[in-house]
Amino acid sequence: MTTLVFWLFAGIAILAAFLCITRRSPVASALWLVMTLFALAALFVILDAHFIGAIQVLVYAGAIMVLFLFVIMLLNLGRDGPSDLVGWPGRLVVLAIGVLLALELIVVASVAPSAELRLPAAGAATGRENAVLAVSEPLFTDYLVPFELTSVLLLAAIVGAIVLAKRRI
Amino acid sequence: MLGESLAVSAILFSLGVAGVLLRRNAIVIFMCIELMLNAVNLSFVALAQQLGRDGQVIVFFVMAVAAAEAAVGLAIMIAIYRHKDSVNVGDVNLLRG
Repeated sequence: MTTLVFWLFAGIAILAAFLCITRRSPVASALWLVMTLFALAALFVILDAHFIGAIQVLVYAGAIMVLFLFVIMLLNLGRDGPSDLVGWPGRLVVLAIGVLLALELIVVASVAPSAELRLPAAGAATGRENAVLAVSEPLFTDYLVPFELTSVLLLAAIVGAIVLAKRRI
Repeated sequence: MLGESLAVSAILFSLGVAGVLLRRNAIVIFMCIELMLNAVNLSFVALAQQLGRDGQVIVFFVMAVAAAEAAVGLAIMIAIYRHKDSVNVGDVNLLRG
């Protein structure tokens, strides 16, 4: 049952991602990306990361994609323009890279994962403990310095975005 | 579920790379970059299920950095649009010989 639900949402994510990269209108691409993000949030919940799934919906789909849509609206790019997909030489390059990646995927999948990746004792802990505690406890103990640095990064991003978007500085 | 999740993550990442290479609209290219970041987040969460919760904390940081990057990147695109009246990356060719 879990596998069925997993493959359902994985299929939705892959289909929505493919549609996102091929739509002519940027608004349609943004909305298909939102669908992909929702499907990925469902996958996060299936993989015992409930807090991360909630944060994915709140932050990624709810803030970052809204920012994208605002910018598309401000630049008035919503209409279907002429297709901006590259011509056939570029598509052949992408096809070649895709074949290469698929071959790599097959090679990696055919090798059995090492013993370190099968630790049900350590893995089961993330399923049983509080979902928010699982992220917050390392965040404020082991990863305190990166946490504080992230706040500085966000401040820099805010100042940078405002300065870059002003008409006259 | 680990192997399947990593496979889905690889496919999504490849789709993101294909999108970056195939499209010329700068905003759609940026959206494909976000797709790549999400594919990597899926890998981290899948591995966190097996190896401990550090993966989920890394996903947290990846999301914060992605948000900051999205804000600054879109501000740059707005600034370029003001000069060129286009977000087509083929039009930004001043450095071409």
